[in-house]
Amino acid sequence: MEKTAEQIEHDLLWPLFHTSGKYWIAVAFATSLLLAGVAAFGYQLYAGIGVWGLNSPVFWAFDITNFVFWIGISHAGTLISAILRLTNATWRRPVTRCAEAITVFSVLIGAIIPLCHIGRPWLGFWMIPYPNQRHIWPNFRSPLAWDFFAISTYLTGSTTFLYLPTIPDFAAVRDASNGLRRKIYGVLALGWQGTQRQWQRLEIAMHIMAIVIIPVAVSVHTIVSWDFAMTPVPMWHSSIFGPYFVAGAIFSGIAALILAMALLRKLLHLEEYLEPIHFENLGKLLLTMSLLWFYFTFAERLTAWYGNSPPEMAVFWESIRKQFAPLFWIMVFCNFIIPVPILAIKRLRTITGTAIASCTVVVGMWLERFLIVVPSLEHKFLPYSWGTYKPTWVEVTLMVSSFGFMLLLYLLFSKVVPMISIWELKVGLQPHFRVRTEPTAEHKRPRGRQGVALPGPLPTDVAE
Amino acid sequence: MKTLYALYAEPDAAQRAVDTLRAASSELKFDPKQIVVVSGEPHEGYEFADEHATGSPYRWAVLGAAVGGTCGFLLTTLSQKSYPILTGGMSLTPAWTNGIIVYEMIMLGAILTTLVVLLVGARLPNFKGVITDPEISTGKILVGVVDPPENLQPELESRLRQAGASAVKQSGI
Repeated sequence: MEKTAEQIEHDLLWPLFHTSGKYWIAVAFATSLLLAGVAAFGYQLYAGIGVWGLNSPVFWAFDITNFVFWIGISHAGTLISAILRLTNATWRRPVTRCAEAITVFSVLIGAIIPLCHIGRPWLGFWMIPYPNQRHIWPNFRSPLAWDFFAISTYLTGSTTFLYLPTIPDFAAVRDASNGLRRKIYGVLALGWQGTQRQWQRLEIAMHIMAIVIIPVAVSVHTIVSWDFAMTPVPMWHSSIFGPYFVAGAIFSGIAALILAMALLRKLLHLEEYLEPIHFENLGKLLLTMSLLWFYFTFAERLTAWYGNSPPEMAVFWESIRKQFAPLFWIMVFCNFIIPVPILAIKRLRTITGTAIASCTVVVGMWLERFLIVVPSLEHKFLPYSWGTYKPTWVEVTLMVSSFGFMLLLYLLFSKVVPMISIWELKVGLQPHFRVRTEPTAEHKRPRGRQGVALPGPLPTDVAE
Repeated sequence: MKTLYALYAEPDAAQRAVDTLRAASSELKFDPKQIVVVSGEPHEGYEFADEHATGSPYRWAVLGAAVGGTCGFLLTTLSQKSYPILTGGMSLTPAWTNGIIVYEMIMLGAILTTLVVLLVGARLPNFKGVITDPEISTGKILVGVVDPPENLQPELESRLRQAGASAVKQSGI
C-alpha cells in the first residue's frame, strides 16, 4: 500500500520517540562487549603491548586484520550509496542512510585500531604532518603516512556525505518535537527551512559529493592494500592487491549493510520500508561480489603457484594444506560455497537467506584479512626468521569489542537520526518524479518509492 | 520576520501562486525576492524550484580541488626539501608517492569546498527566524511573501486565494 507523506514522516520519526525493550537489550549487549574491550585495552596500557601475541617476525596480526576489516566494511555505505545516487536507482532511498552510517562508524573504528596498535596512543599525533622539534616531517614515502591522509579524507567525506542529506530530516524532527529536544535538533538542522534555494543547493552538493566520494573510497582501500604490497614479503608484493582489496571491501561492506538493515527492520519496525526487494537487490550485488572475490582469490593463488618461488610456495602451502588450512577452507566456504547457491537461487534470496549469506561473508572476510597478514609474516624470505603466532585473550577481546562498539554506535545513531531518509522517500511519491524516471510502458502501473507496483493508475493528466 | 503565506497541496497550484505573486509584484510595488516557497521535499521540473538552479558549486568544487592539490604539493615538496635526507641518488621529492598525498588533498579540497559552498549558498546556519508550518510535513507547499507591506496584505491574500489556497495564514507576528 502506498503511504502518504504524513504517514512516512510518522512512521520514520516513531523510533526516535519510542523505544522497545528489544532495543535496550541490544544496547546492553553491545555496551557489555565494548566495556570488555575497554578493560582489555586498559590492561594493555598498564602492562604494555607485550600482552598481545605479537613477536618477531609477526609484528602485525589481529590488530591489522581488524583495521583492514573495518576499513573494508566502510565501503558498504558511501560507495554503494554514491553509485546508486548517481545512477538514480529509485530503490536506493530506504537503503542509503543505513549504508552511509555504516561507513562513518566503521572508518572511525578502523582509525582507532592503529592507535591501539602503536602501543602508546598518546603519541598518535606524530602522524599529523607538522614539523617536530627536530624539524622532521612525517615520511610521505611511507604507506602509513598515505593511510593517514586517505583515512582522514574518507572520514571527512563520508561524514559530510552522511550529514548533508540528514539536515532536512533533523529539521523534520525539530518541527515534530518540543523543549530541549527541539533546541538540539534546531542546532543540528542549522536552521533549515526547506526553501527552494536550499533544496537546489543541497541536491547539487550531494551530486558533487557522490562524484568525489567514489574515487576517495576506491583510493582508501587501495592505499590500505599498499601497506602490504609495498613490502617485500612473500605473497604481499603483488600488483593485484589494490583491486583485490577494493573488491573484498565492497563484498564485506554489502554483507554488513544487509545485516544492519535486517537488524533495523526488526528493532525499529521498519518492515514496510525495508522490503524484500531491497534485500533481493543487495543479494544480487553480494552474489556478483562473491564471484568477483573468487576470481581474484583464484588469480592471486594461481599466479603464486605457477611462479613456484620457494618463499611464496612456503606461504601458499601453509595456508592451503598446513597450519592455516582449516581457516583457509572455512574462508572459501563462507565467502563462496555457502553464499553463492543461497544468493543465486531466487527462492532462497529472501531476507533470511541474504542475512545468512551475509553472516558467513562477514566471517569469511575477516578470515581472509587474517590469512593475508599472518601466514606471510610467519614465513618471510629468510627461513631463519620464521616464527609462529598465537593470539592472546587481549587481542580476541579487542576484536570482539570492536563489533560491540560498531553495534552500539549504530544503535545509538538510530535513536537520534531517522534511519531512512524521510525527504527522499517523499520525493519518490511525487507523480512527476515517477513519470520522469520510470519507463513509459509501466506508467499504467506506476511504481512506488521502492519499486513496488502501486495499486492504482496515475492521475489522468500525469499519465498523459 | 513576518510572512503572509498559503499552503498548496499540488506543486502546480504552488507554481500558479508564485506566478500570480510575481505578476502582482510590479503592480503592488513589492520586491519579487520577498516571495518564498517552502516545501518538505525538493520539486524538480517546476519554475519556482528550477529558478534557483546554478552550476557555480561545481566550479567552486574544482577550484577547491585545485587549492587542495596545490597545498598537498607544497606540503610534500617543501617539507622534503627542508630536510634533505640522503636518498642514495633517488629523488628527494618522488612524484609517485607524493602524488598519493596530492591526490588525497585534491579530494579533501573538493569536499570541504562543497560543504562551505552549500552552507553559504543555502544561507546556513540561520537561526533568526524559520518560516514553517506543520502542514508542510504532510506534503503541502508553502508560498508566501516575507515582510509584506501592511497596506498590501488584503490584496496579497486575495491573490493567494485566487491561486487555489483555501486559507491564508501569517507567521512571525
